[in-house]
Amino acid sequence: MKHLLSIADLSREEAISILDTAMHMAKASDTPMKKLPTLRGRTIVNLFAEDSTRTRISFEAAAKRLSADVINFSAKGSSVSKGESLKDTAQTLQAMGADAVIIRHGASGAPARLADCQWMSGAVINAGDGTHEHPSQALLDAFTIRKHLGQGREDLQGIRIAIVGDVLHSRVARSNVLLLTKLGAHVTLVAPPTLLPVGVESWPVSISYDFDAVLESVDVVMMLRVQLERMSELFFPNAREYSRYFGLNTARLKKLHPGAIVMHPGPMNRGLEITAESADSARSVIIEQVANGVSVRMAILYLLLAGDTSIEAGA
Amino acid sequence: MKRTIISGGTLPDGTQRDILIVDGVITAVGENLTAPDADVISARGAIVMAGLVDLHTHLREPGREDSETVLSGSRAGVKGGYVALSAMANTSPVADTAGVVEQVFRLGESAGLLDVFPIGAVTQGIEGKVLAEIGAMADSAARVRVFSDDGNCVSDPLVMRRALEYVKKFGGVIAQHAQEPALTAGSQMNEGIVSSILGLKGWPAVAEEAIIARDVLLAEHVGARLHICHLTTAGGVEIIRWAKARGIDVTAEVTPHHLLLTDESARSYDPIFKVNPPLRTQEDVMALRNGLADGTIDIVATDHAPHPVESKECEWQEAAFGMLGLEHALSIVYATMVETGLMSWSDLQDRMSTAPARIGGYVGHGRELAVGAPAHITLINPKAPYRVDRDQLLSKSRNTPFHGMEFSAAVVATFFHGRLVYSDSIVAEGKSA
Repeated sequence: MKHLLSIADLSREEAISILDTAMHMAKASDTPMKKLPTLRGRTIVNLFAEDSTRTRISFEAAAKRLSADVINFSAKGSSVSKGESLKDTAQTLQAMGADAVIIRHGASGAPARLADCQWMSGAVINAGDGTHEHPSQALLDAFTIRKHLGQGREDLQGIRIAIVGDVLHSRVARSNVLLLTKLGAHVTLVAPPTLLPVGVESWPVSISYDFDAVLESVDVVMMLRVQLERMSELFFPNAREYSRYFGLNTARLKKLHPGAIVMHPGPMNRGLEITAESADSARSVIIEQVANGVSVRMAILYLLLAGDTSIEAGA
Repeated sequence: MKRTIISGGTLPDGTQRDILIVDGVITAVGENLTAPDADVISARGAIVMAGLVDLHTHLREPGREDSETVLSGSRAGVKGGYVALSAMANTSPVADTAGVVEQVFRLGESAGLLDVFPIGAVTQGIEGKVLAEIGAMADSAARVRVFSDDGNCVSDPLVMRRALEYVKKFGGVIAQHAQEPALTAGSQMNEGIVSSILGLKGWPAVAEEAIIARDVLLAEHVGARLHICHLTTAGGVEIIRWAKARGIDVTAEVTPHHLLLTDESARSYDPIFKVNPPLRTQEDVMALRNGLADGTIDIVATDHAPHPVESKECEWQEAAFGMLGLEHALSIVYATMVETGLMSWSDLQDRMSTAPARIGGYVGHGRELAVGAPAHITLINPKAPYRVDRDQLLSKSRNTPFHGMEFSAAVVATFFHGRLVYSDSIVAEGKSA
C-alpha cells in the first residue's frame, strides 16, 4: 500500500489490518505518554484545498502523536486559492521534502491525479475528494461499528447498516458502501430518489425511500449531512419536508432496537437531518467517532510511512 | 503539364487500377497506364480512395493559436488523409461575421495543403440569442453553407426554428450540438454506473436525445435540413433512424473516439478522456457502430479539439473538454468498422468522404476516382501496424487519448488537386513550394 486513494484499492485483509493497527494505536493513546516516536523526522503535509476543520486537525493530531513534522497548507490565503495548479503545488511540496501529503480537495479524483502523475514521490492520502470518497472516514466508521457490534470478530459480517441522506453528493457514503460491504455488512441506502445517483443500482446495497420501514431492522443508523443549498437545486422541496421523511427524530430513535447505534460523520445540521435529542442520546456514538478518527488516521500513517505492515504499534 | 501516375493501387470496390493525373485532375483510370514525363508513385498494396472530408474540426484560429492554427491543423489533416476540413465557429472572435469566416478561409488558402471550409455561427457570439449574419457569411468569399454554435447547443427552440428556416434561402444546414443545458450544468462525464462510483457529475444521455428529438420535429415542421453533430447514444441513433424513416431531412455524424472509447476510461481520472459530449457505454458504442454501418449515421467527423498541455494536466473537473482526432481517425474507423466486418472500404469512403462532402456542399470533394474528378486522393496501407505516439503528432497540441494504442491501417499519402501534400510522414511545404 503506497497511497490511500480509495477504499476500492484496499483488500479486505488490508482494511482489517488498518482497523487492528488502529486498535493498538488507541491503546497507546490511552497511556499518559501519548506520543510515539515512529515517524520522527518524517514530514507530512496537510494540503487542504477545501475548508475542513475536523478532518485536518484529526490528521494533524494523528501525525503529531507519531512524532512526524506536520505542515498545514490550507486553501485560504495560499496559492491554491490564487489559481496555482495542482501540479505546481505538488512539485512545490516535493521540493520541500514531503514524505506524505494528506489532501482534501473539491475535485473528485484530485488525490488520484496527485498519486498518478509523478509530480511528487511521497505517499498520497485522500482526506476527501469532491463527491468521490473519504476513505479515512469510512475506516473510522468501520472501526467504531466493529468496536460496538463486532462481538470480537475481525469483520462486520451480518451487521445491518442504514446510510441515510444525501448519498448523491456524499463521499462518506461512497467510501462506506465499499468498505462496510467488503467487511460483510449489509448496507441499505435510505434517501429521496433525487439524492441517489443514477447507477446506484449497480452498487452492492439495498435501496429504500422509506426511512421508517428500515428503522426496526438495522443495527446502525448512519446519518449524512444535508446541505441546505441542495434545496435551491430542486433535490427536495424544503428543509421541513426533508426532516419529516428523512430526519432522525425522537420518534424514529425510539423505534430502533435496543443495541442499535447512531452515527454521523459531522458536521451536523442539528434540526435538519438529525434532532438534538438524537445526536445527544445514549445511542449516539458521534463523539466517539471523532476520537476513533485519530487512532485510525495514526494507523493509516503508520502503515503507509513506517515501511512495515506488521502490527508493532508502540514500537 | 504536370503528370502523375498512381500505379497499382486498389480502389474501394476492390479493383486494381492505375490513375493518371494531369494538372490536378484525373484524366484516366485503367490498367498499365503510361504517360510521358509522368511521376510514377507505386500504390501496390494500398487502398486508393477519394480524399477524406471532415465536417467538424476545431482549428482554434483566430484566438487560440497556442493550441492550433489553420496551418498546423492543415498539416495534421493531410497526415490523417484529409483534403477538406470544416473550421468550427467557436473561435475568438467567434466566426459570426463575414469578416471572420473570410479570414479563416484565406488562412486555409494560404496554408494551401487542403481546403478549409469555415462553419459560421448560428447566433451572435454563439450565445444562442440573436441570429448571426448568416446571409452575409453565405455570400462571402467563404461561401458558408454549414452553421453551428458547436460547443454550445442552440437550446432555445424558437431560435433553432428560425435558424432552420432561414438557411433554406441558400440550401444551408444547421449542425446542432445537442445538449440540453439545464440537464447538463456542471456535467463532467456520462451519467451512469461509472459516474456514480467516481463522484463526477453526470451528463445524461437524455440531455442529448431530448434535443435531437425536438430538432428533428422542428426540421420536419419547417421543411428544413438538419445535421446532428457527434451523436453518442444508442437512443439518439434510434431517434435518427425513426426520423429518417419518416422522411425528415436529417443527417448525423459520429466521432472516431465515440466509436472506440467508453466511459470506463474516466476511472483513471485522466482528463485526456474528458470530452463533450462524453464517452458513453459499450452498449452505446455498439449502437453507434451499427448505426454508421447501416447508414442511420451518415458520416464520421473528427471533432478534432486541440488544447494546450495545462488544460489537461490538472484535475478532471478543471480540465477542458475535447480530444484530437484528425491524425488517427482513419485508423480508428478502419479498426472499429472495417476490421470488424461491419463496413467495406466503399462504405468507409462514403462515410468519410462522399457523404460529408455532400452534406457540406463541398463541390469537387467526395467524388469517385473517375475521369474528370479533381485529384483529391488518399492512399491507405491496411497492413501498416503502428503505435500512436503523442510526440509524433503534427497538431500543435498533444491531447490525444490514443497515445500508446496500436492500429493496423495507416494513411501513407494524400493528394490535393493532384499534388502530393503528404507522404511517408512528410508533409509538403505551403502552397508556393
